[in-house]
Amino acid sequence: MAHLEDAGRPGAQRSEDSDLGGKLRRVLPNLEQQLPVAIIVAVLALWEWRARSGSISTLFFPAPSTIIQTFARLLASGELAIQLGATLSRLLLGFALGSAPGLIFGLTMGWSRRLRAVIDPFVAALHPIPKISLLPLIIIIFGIGETSKIVAVAVGSFFPMVINCMAGVLQISLTYFDVAKNYGAGPLQVFKRVILPGSLPLVLTGARISLNIALLITISVELVAAQKGLGAVIWLAWQTLRTEELYASLIVISALGIGFNLFLQRLKLRLVPWHEDLQND
Amino acid sequence: MAFALMGLNCCQLGKEFKTRQGQVIALEEVTFSVGEREFVCIVGPSGCGKTTLLKLIAKLLQPTSGTIAFDTNPVDGQPRSAMVFQEQGIFPWMTVLENVAFGLEMQGVGRQERHHQAHAFIEKVGLADFAHSYPHELSGGMRQRVAITRAFLADPQILLMDEPFGALDAQTRLVLQEELLRIWREHQKMILFVTHDIQEAVLLSDRVLVMTGRPGRILEEIPIPLGRPRNLTARDHPDVSEIKWHIWKMLEDQVRRDLKIAT
Repeated sequence: MAHLEDAGRPGAQRSEDSDLGGKLRRVLPNLEQQLPVAIIVAVLALWEWRARSGSISTLFFPAPSTIIQTFARLLASGELAIQLGATLSRLLLGFALGSAPGLIFGLTMGWSRRLRAVIDPFVAALHPIPKISLLPLIIIIFGIGETSKIVAVAVGSFFPMVINCMAGVLQISLTYFDVAKNYGAGPLQVFKRVILPGSLPLVLTGARISLNIALLITISVELVAAQKGLGAVIWLAWQTLRTEELYASLIVISALGIGFNLFLQRLKLRLVPWHEDLQND
Repeated sequence: MAFALMGLNCCQLGKEFKTRQGQVIALEEVTFSVGEREFVCIVGPSGCGKTTLLKLIAKLLQPTSGTIAFDTNPVDGQPRSAMVFQEQGIFPWMTVLENVAFGLEMQGVGRQERHHQAHAFIEKVGLADFAHSYPHELSGGMRQRVAITRAFLADPQILLMDEPFGALDAQTRLVLQEELLRIWREHQKMILFVTHDIQEAVLLSDRVLVMTGRPGRILEEIPIPLGRPRNLTARDHPDVSEIKWHIWKMLEDQVRRDLKIAT
C-alpha cells in the first residue's frame, strides 16, 4: 500500500513514468480503482481460457476474443453504424417528444397548485404502469410502423420528466419566491430567475432517468417489433444462434447507456455549478 | 408624535389566518410609525407576529384590516421595501455579484450598469474577493452580509429586517451589528428591524417597539437615549441595562407562559 501511495506523488511518478506499471498507477492511483479492473481482467482471462479449452459451451459463451473480432467485423462493414443509427434516431426522437411536454407540464404543475391538483391524479395513476405493456395498444392505435415505436419511447420518457420537474419546483424554498416578489419580480422573472434555475438539478435528474428508460423501451420495442436496430440484431442473433453478434450488440447498448449517464453528469457540472452535492457526484 | 414624522405609518393593522384549527389572530390593532432615517426595532418573543408584520409592509401578505401608508412616493423605480430574511434569503444559483445586483435587475437596470454598481458596493463592504463565489462557498455570516448589501443597493424607502442575525453565532453577530450601523450611517434610510434579542434591539435602534404574541400587539414604545454615531461600546451605558431590564420584565410573563414555567 505504501509504495502505491508514493506513486501518486509527482516526484515518485516521474521515475516510473517510463514503464507500464508507472503509467497504470498514474491512471488508477489507488487500490479501490485498481481492484475492479483487476477483477474484470481476471474474469475475461478465465472466460477466454475455458472457452478455448472447450470446458464451457462457446454457443452460450463465445470467447471474448471471438466477440471482439465479431465486433470489429460489424464495425468495419458499417453494419453496426446502420443499426446503431436506427436505434439512436428512435430513442432520441421519442425522448424529445416525451420529455419536452414532460418538462413543460412538470414545471407548470410545480408552479400552479391548481393545475397540480387537476393533473396529478392522472400522473399518479398512469405512472406505475410498466410502459412497455402499452405497446400492443399503441400499435393498434398508431399501426405497426415507425410511429408506434417512437410513441412508446415518448410515453416512457414523459413520466420521469414530469415527476422530477414537478418535484424540482416544489422543493424550492418559499422564501426565494418571497424575495423575488419583494424586489418586484413579475411572473416571467420569477420563472426565469427562481423556478428554472432552482429546479434545474432535479430536471437534469429527470432527464437522466428519462433517457435510461428511453433506451430500455427502444431496445424492448426493437426486440419485439423491428427489422432494424440493436434490439432487432439481438433478436435475430438469438434466432440464428449467432451468439457472438448478440454479445457484440450488448456491448454497444451498454456503451450507449454509460455514455448517456456520463454526458448528463458532465452537463450537470456545467449547468449547476452552485449545487452543494456535486462534489460527491 | 406617532404621525408627525415623514415616513411609514401603520394604522390599526390586523391580520387573521385561517388554519385547520380555525381562525388565528396573528396581529391586532398594531399602530406605529417609522420616521425618515429612523432605525426602529421590534422585539418580542417568537410567534408574536413580528415576521407577519414585516410581510404585510413588504406586500407579501395582505392585511385583514388597517392601513399601511408611506408619506412620500418612491422616486422613479425605487422600491417601497427590501426585506432581509433570517435564512435562505440569497439565491444559491446566483453568484454574490448577481445576488447583490438582483434588486437592480428587477428594477430594469441593464446588465452592465447593475453589475458595475453592485461591484462598487461589494468592494465597499469588502466582499470583492467573493464576487464570483456561490453562496454555498460562503459562511452563514457572509451570506447575511450579501443579503444586507443587496437590500441597501436596491435603495428602497424602507429596509425590513427579519432577525437577519438570528441564526449566527454570538461573535459574528456582534461584528455584523457594527457593520450594519456603519453602512446605515452612510446610507441613512428607514429600517424596521425585528429581533428577539433585547440587547440587539437597544443597541441598534432609535426606538424599540415591544410586542407580545397571540394576538400580536404593541405593548410599549421605548425611545433609546443613546447618541449617534454609535458603536457597540454603548452597551456599557448605564441606561442600557435599565432599558433592557424594563423590556425583559414586559416579555418575561409571556415567555414563561409559553414554556409552562410558573412565575
